[in-house]
Amino acid sequence: MIETQEHLRKEFDAYVAADKKIEPKDWMPDAYRKTLIRQISQHAHSEIVGMLPEGKWITRAPSLQRKAILLAKVQDEAGHGLYLYSAAETLGVDRADLVADLLSGKAKYSSIFNYPSLTWADIGAIGWLVDGAAIMNQVPLCRCSYGPYARAMTRVCKEESFHQRQGYSIMMQLMKGTDAQKEMAQDALNRWWWPALMMFGPSDSESMHSSQNMKWNIKRFSNDELRQRMVDMTVPQAECIGLKMPDPDLKWNEDKGGHDFGEIDWTEFYDVIAGNGICNKERLEDRNKAHDDGEWVRDAAVAYSEKRNANT
Amino acid sequence: MHALLRLGDDALVLAQRLGEWCGHAPALEEDIALTNIALDLIGQTQSYLSLAGSLDPDAPKTDDELAFLRSENEFKNLLLVEQTNGHFGDTIARQFLFDQYALLRAKHVAQQTYDLDAAAIATKAVKEIRYHAAHSSKWIIRLGDGTSESHSRIQKSINDLWAYTGEMFTADDVDIAGSIAGLLPDLSALKTQWDIEIDSVLAEAKLVRPQDGAMKTGGRMGIHTEALGTMLAEMQILPRTHPGASW
Repeated sequence: MIETQEHLRKEFDAYVAADKKIEPKDWMPDAYRKTLIRQISQHAHSEIVGMLPEGKWITRAPSLQRKAILLAKVQDEAGHGLYLYSAAETLGVDRADLVADLLSGKAKYSSIFNYPSLTWADIGAIGWLVDGAAIMNQVPLCRCSYGPYARAMTRVCKEESFHQRQGYSIMMQLMKGTDAQKEMAQDALNRWWWPALMMFGPSDSESMHSSQNMKWNIKRFSNDELRQRMVDMTVPQAECIGLKMPDPDLKWNEDKGGHDFGEIDWTEFYDVIAGNGICNKERLEDRNKAHDDGEWVRDAAVAYSEKRNANT
Repeated sequence: MHALLRLGDDALVLAQRLGEWCGHAPALEEDIALTNIALDLIGQTQSYLSLAGSLDPDAPKTDDELAFLRSENEFKNLLLVEQTNGHFGDTIARQFLFDQYALLRAKHVAQQTYDLDAAAIATKAVKEIRYHAAHSSKWIIRLGDGTSESHSRIQKSINDLWAYTGEMFTADDVDIAGSIAGLLPDLSALKTQWDIEIDSVLAEAKLVRPQDGAMKTGGRMGIHTEALGTMLAEMQILPRTHPGASW
């Protein structure tokens, strides 16, 4: 038995090393299954919670076109949540259980959504920076070793790139506008920049899940590598529309061919993860309220469908 | 112009209400459905209001100017669509009563030849509203024939909103002129068809059709319920605070 396990394990490692895809019915180590369930469900939860800060601005979007775009974007996010939960279910878990873990506070979601969306420019900054960072993290996942996750991410990334462009387009339009609009845009960048950089996770020396996930081709680049790319991509985009990066230590480093940048406030990072962010409580309460308020509706749908099945 | 404003305002005000649901629906699938319906309605709004705004060559207005810079008494939507969301059943009941009417109206506008631009908009809208009507009807049936709790809740939602259905079929000068020209449907004929659709879904849902009592009207003349003013205050805040700004 032990030999068989050992044999399966070797086959699995070789298969992954050859950059092939693992499918739901293939044998996989328990730890691989567990880490994927954790990562995919956290990602799904993030999409769902992420609808809240942006959803707040659907009713206040300043033009019909912007309202339509924001509606479409938030709808995409619900869709991402849906197919990520489906991808997680291929690993033998149930969506209802995953959602229960989110609602009880047991499961995590991206800390970025525990920051408040205060002005219209925040919708621009979220699209540009938050979705920008998400894409940076997620594009490598399209080549992840687990087939259903990789395929889900291919769809997610296509849509996320539209989201990022609409965010940048909001910022660009604001920077062409009145002084008040320019201030709004700069203020949003100031507030969202550091939290966006925190989205890449702890620095490589502190990261818990990194090395094993690299070996399993779940993760392809380190947190710090991706964070560096984010900085190098964003700086010229900000300059192009006249925004000032809120980092006095930011400067071009010719030798490394990239920017040096200031130290992230790791105390804040761990504090928000620990549940002390501005909106942690509110976001979870919102989700719980929606779930509780909707219970009679879900019960009715189940009862109706059982009656129909009994009649056929 | 008034006829087109009515079509545009019905869509806009209902879309705004549906947008309030975002992230709070009973299931993820419904978050998707409700935002999708809102999105369709915003598209219809843009088309109808742009067309309405272009009709006066001396004072042309964009869709955004009409949406964001008109006051409450200049909005010509039905009182039904401005009613607050309530619980999911209230939202579905409002949607169901409106969808059946909007579908019949759009079918007429799509086929008339008095205003071909409006016909083109309505042709696209018919395809969309068909889905909206199927969605809201299915939920009426699920909730009506689901649990005893859902049954009594959705029955109450329909009872509560019934007083706003009369306005859909009360013809005023705009409706009569529109109907004579061909652009708008004859509302009494529309009512007959609406009754058939509504009765058939309510029967399948095991729900009772409320008796017609005193009906509330005024929306078409710009006299609204209190619900509209706060909705517009929220919707219009940015364009009103930053006059002339582009977004």
